[in-house]
Amino acid sequence: MFDNLSDRLEAIYKKLKGRGVLKEPDVDEALREIRVALIEADVSLPVIKDFIAEVRVQAVGQEVLKSLTPGHQMVKIVNDHLTHLLGEEFVDIQIASKPPTIILMAGLQGSGKTTTVGKLAKRFKEKGKNCLLVPADVYRPAAIEQLHVLGRELGVAVYDAGEEKDPVAICKKSLDEAVNKMSQVVIIDTAGRQQVDDALMEELKQIKETVQPHEVLFVADAMMGQQSADIAKTFNDAVGIDGVILTKMDGDARGGAAFSIKRVTGKPIRFIGMGEKLDALEPFHPDRIVSRILGMGDVMSLVEKAEENFEQEEQEKLQKKIRANAFTLEDFRGQLKQVQKMGSMEQLLSMIPGAGKLAKGLKIDDRAFVQVEAIISSMTQREREKHNIINASRKRRIAQGSGTRVNDVNKLLKQFAQMQKMMKKAARGGGMNFGSLMGGRGMPGRFF
Amino acid sequence: MADESAAENDSGVFARLKSGLAKTRSNLAGGFDNIVHGRAKVGPELLEELEETLLIADVGMQTTSFILEDLKREVSQNRIRENKEVLEQLKQRMVHVLSQNQKPLSFSEHQPFVILVVGVNGSGKTTTIGKLARHWKQQGKKVLLAAGDTFRAAAIDQLQVWAERSNIPCISQKSGADLSAVAYDAVQAGMAREMDLVIIDTAGRLQTNTNLMEELKKVKRVIGKVLPGAPHETLLVLDATIGQNSISQARLFNEALEVDGLVMTKLDGTAKGGVLFNITGDLKLPVRFVGVGEKPEDLQEFIPENFVEALIPG
Ligand SMILES: Nc1nc2c(ncn2[C@@H]2O[C@H](COP(=O)(O)OP(=O)(O)OP(=O)(O)O)[C@@H](O)[C@H]2O)c(=O)[nH]1
Ligand SMILES: Nc1nc2c(ncn2[C@@H]2O[C@H](COP(=O)(O)OP(=O)(O)OP(=O)(O)O)[C@@H](O)[C@H]2O)c(=O)[nH]1
Ligand SMILES: [Mg+2]
Ligand SMILES: [Mg+2]
Repeated sequence: MFDNLSDRLEAIYKKLKGRGVLKEPDVDEALREIRVALIEADVSLPVIKDFIAEVRVQAVGQEVLKSLTPGHQMVKIVNDHLTHLLGEEFVDIQIASKPPTIILMAGLQGSGKTTTVGKLAKRFKEKGKNCLLVPADVYRPAAIEQLHVLGRELGVAVYDAGEEKDPVAICKKSLDEAVNKMSQVVIIDTAGRQQVDDALMEELKQIKETVQPHEVLFVADAMMGQQSADIAKTFNDAVGIDGVILTKMDGDARGGAAFSIKRVTGKPIRFIGMGEKLDALEPFHPDRIVSRILGMGDVMSLVEKAEENFEQEEQEKLQKKIRANAFTLEDFRGQLKQVQKMGSMEQLLSMIPGAGKLAKGLKIDDRAFVQVEAIISSMTQREREKHNIINASRKRRIAQGSGTRVNDVNKLLKQFAQMQKMMKKAARGGGMNFGSLMGGRGMPGRFF
Repeated sequence: MADESAAENDSGVFARLKSGLAKTRSNLAGGFDNIVHGRAKVGPELLEELEETLLIADVGMQTTSFILEDLKREVSQNRIRENKEVLEQLKQRMVHVLSQNQKPLSFSEHQPFVILVVGVNGSGKTTTIGKLARHWKQQGKKVLLAAGDTFRAAAIDQLQVWAERSNIPCISQKSGADLSAVAYDAVQAGMAREMDLVIIDTAGRLQTNTNLMEELKKVKRVIGKVLPGAPHETLLVLDATIGQNSISQARLFNEALEVDGLVMTKLDGTAKGGVLFNITGDLKLPVRFVGVGEKPEDLQEFIPENFVEALIPG
């Protein structure tokens, strides 16, 4: 019933193909489709309007990368801008320098506050922090009991409100207990409330004034519709929030609310709820939700493919050279530059699933790249093309020019000669790419 | 709120509701008035305004285009000339979509009449059951509740509080018990005690969770074995705050369970629940009730005219 965005953009791509610069009418046509996709993903309309205007400014007149079709480039611009706006990386809850760290939950009815209190408590407990959970929802039947059950399950203390029925008083008294118990983290569960409910919004304000929390967390259902921007804004204006938790992301929600909420409050989305169980809480990574909002995981892989194709073309050229035994230091430098353009070695590794952890322990020195590049750059064009002519006096000049020692120049030349040999071998075997050169066993380890 | 002990203060609740609704009204009517009551001719400006109103109400792009397409044709054929007329026509059409499948729930043919209540997490199932039970008890029906959510922390206690409030019996087992076992017990008890209604609560579940959807299929089969033909009504509870995902919810719950009716909760906020146009149009399901608050009396029968009026005031 719903055509997906990728199909719709595909149709536009066809028309756009082969033009050098993104032109206004083409951009607008693509943006209309993107607007529809965002509406279907439940991004709030006013937020969409601003976003589209910004993307338009960025896109019109932009030169299309050699490797991409204009349509793909549009997708890339939209994708990058959305990722940028969602915040580049995970931002955790800050622990206060003087305990206890006080966290106050807020949100609409049924959004997942109480469950999330349990999830956070589990997380803090695992980090060795002792928590006190405070039930300040005196309205919903069995809400207090719900928190006590979670506390028992986790082995985490829950404040006993006794006969007290006033949420503000409960919160106030609970802080004394937190001091007595030397709790490091206090998490206050509050009743769900509609943002138009003035009395309950006032109550939340009073709780905040009374407990002076370090972190007010707005808990939002990922399936929220058009009202998400308005609701989040009202909560933020009235109470002030510091972070957002997006629940129920384990279903098929497109999650447009994430964008709306981030956009109108400017506050980071910290975690996502991925299920009902208490371990189903994950750090929020903006890049992962973007293709979900745009509904075009497949398009992004298309873009990646296009980029790959580009690399492949370059690779093929390279292979030819290698076969012809014509791979020079100049080519090598070009390759190095390309790798560096993609980011630091550590960044590169962190993008590869599973490799991120490895990279942390590895200590990869990006300066090694710089040194190699400096040495090659200090050579003359002829030297780069025919490295055999580099004699002792040339070596001295190169070392001086690049601020290295002759020894370093020697090392590089030796490695390069070996590399050439290896490449020739590999090229004959057919399979050969730069990746195996850089990351494979053998040469590179010694280089860097 | 501090001086208002718990939530039992009715005047407080009423005031809350009224101020909430007033805000909603002013939000939605803003800007719209100009076009409706202004002299401007029927044109793209009005249609654009209408489009935005529908989109912001969560009607969705597809359905919005569909609704307006019709209207545009009428306008271009010069059949409608005045803005006010456009609005009237539009509302009539929308009411029509929502009314098509409406039919009253009739309990009389079955005793007990068994209702299975399903929906995603936190949509308002348990609260709606509490309200419905009270509503029907006040009409003189004998109602029995079943605490079928044995999963979520204190879900059983929650339903029991509602049952006690209205002095209604509630069948329950221990936390972690099998839903089908609870439902089985409840339907049997309902038959033995000659109840008019048995209402079974279930744990919230996302429609994409196939294991949990299977659990619901099973409970339906089990109930049907105890009392052939039961459950007589599988009621899907939708949250008005949710956007286009409600369509997926309605589809997948209906595919798995053959839903008989819908309830839409949380219409006391600013959310309008416009997804209903898509759902009722597509799945031909009646909307039974709407929830307009957390209090026992905050339940209303669904009236298409009122729903549409709230969406497009003026
Ligand atoms: N699938 C899924 N369910 C969740 C998630 N987080 C919470 N829930 C469920 O959502 C429902 C509502 O959660 P609660 O924690 O009671 O929500 P709340 O915000 O405290 O609700 P009120 O106090 O009534 O406003 C429960 O069924 C939870 O199990 C999640 O990330 N995924
Ligand atoms: N404002 C408002 N709140 C409602 C309405 N209906 C239910 N709620 C609230 O929404 C929250 C969730 O309601 P529940 O009845 O616990 O929802 P549920 O579907 O049983 O939740 P799970 O069993 O956890 O899946 C509670 O805080 C209710 O008080 C309504 O019509 N308006
Ligand atoms: Mg709660
Ligand atoms: Mg429930």
